[in-house]
Amino acid sequence: MQYKLTTPVTREDLAPLRAGDTVLLSGVVYTARDAAHKRMMELLDKGEPLPFPVEGSALYYVGPTPERPGEVIGSAGPTTSGRMDAYSPRLLDLGQAIMIGKGARNQAVKDTVVRNGAVYLAALGGAGALMAASVQKLEVICWEDLGCEAVRRLEVEDMPLTVILDPHGGDLYQSGPAAYLNSQKG
Amino acid sequence: MRTISAAEITAAVARLCIRANTVLPEDVTDAMELAWCSETWPLAEETLKLLQQNQLDAWKRNLPICQDTGMACVFVELGQEVHIDGGFEEAIHQGVRQGYTEGYLRKSIVADPLRRVNTEDNTPASITVRIVPGDRLAVTVVPKGFGSENMSRLAMLKPADGVEGVKRFVVDTVRLAGPNPCPPVVLGVGIGGSFDKVAALAKHALLRPLNEPNPDPFYENLEDELLKEVNALGIGPQGFGGKITCLGVAVETAPTHVAGLPVAVNVSCHVTRRATEVL
Repeated sequence: MQYKLTTPVTREDLAPLRAGDTVLLSGVVYTARDAAHKRMMELLDKGEPLPFPVEGSALYYVGPTPERPGEVIGSAGPTTSGRMDAYSPRLLDLGQAIMIGKGARNQAVKDTVVRNGAVYLAALGGAGALMAASVQKLEVICWEDLGCEAVRRLEVEDMPLTVILDPHGGDLYQSGPAAYLNSQKG
Repeated sequence: MRTISAAEITAAVARLCIRANTVLPEDVTDAMELAWCSETWPLAEETLKLLQQNQLDAWKRNLPICQDTGMACVFVELGQEVHIDGGFEEAIHQGVRQGYTEGYLRKSIVADPLRRVNTEDNTPASITVRIVPGDRLAVTVVPKGFGSENMSRLAMLKPADGVEGVKRFVVDTVRLAGPNPCPPVVLGVGIGGSFDKVAALAKHALLRPLNEPNPDPFYENLEDELLKEVNALGIGPQGFGGKITCLGVAVETAPTHVAGLPVAVNVSCHVTRRATEVL
């Protein structure tokens, strides 16, 4: 199934999604990699607010290439999400609804996804030019000193994504290869 | 004796950084096309089509194929009759600095592994030099992304582990990597040498075009078997499941010690980049 979603999303919006479905995502998406996640944790530890409204939000794990003059964004494919495993559960518990990246997540993240009715979506790894095409607008909103890892506010239209972890415990990285291998047995 | 100026080397390296990051070598695009033609699993087929679309988008919009424009691994074959006018290594670093800045490529290098301050110009390059006969200088730039680099592994096996042990280690490496290295992957496998040499062999294997098997039929056969076994894992493009997990395996070997069987797997992805110029 293919779903069209616009951020911010609710738990109800995400409930129909199943691992292996595809999503065309529109609206605002914030970028953050490990360095920005670490700083967000420091803010939370100090009881300060996050640099973006977290409820129903989508975070994209990406460090784009510098944009050429006149271009909205450079190449912008996902980085390996596992480096965010230490930080994601806390953000999901605060209301973050969508994680966008590539690669496997740990059990703590999987459990938090189910508990909060959130999702983990894969962007196409190594497809930076294609992913960039869906970005309409870009603004660095904080931590400019982090360079490509600064937090950016992206406005995206029909960003092509695949559901990896769904709110019901589905995991495409387990079920996808298993289903393929099963199909080869007959 | 032939003289090549440092400025020529800098200009070539700068051009190569940009070209390697924007246009894939033909053997890699051919392998992706072949993968798409032979893939049978619907989601995998669709995924491979999008990855090919990305190559086209990068070329059309003059964008890097992948946002991880990598660590600049620079391989030089230096003719022993060449005299270099100026600083050789600095010429290469300067080329990387220039290419990554002028090409709007991402600067991904930190000056120190633990204190982690970005050098802001993607230097230093990782330079490997081999002295060869002749009066030419061949320079190859391999921008190496770390999504796949991080999934690479090395083991000091026992001689008794033999070819089966090597195969098990390679297949396990890909299984453990799962979706992380952006499959379909390309594998550079080093066998033999010493602890440091075997890693260099694995990296060097990634320079070999995917349509060129090892010239030794024994190792050509091993490459075929490894490719088959890795693809039997069913990980598929992007780890979503499917027939094509790996585009190609290149094995490089070196003599080793009676007591050892070193093996290294350098994992690369569907964006296996390299570009060469001969001066």
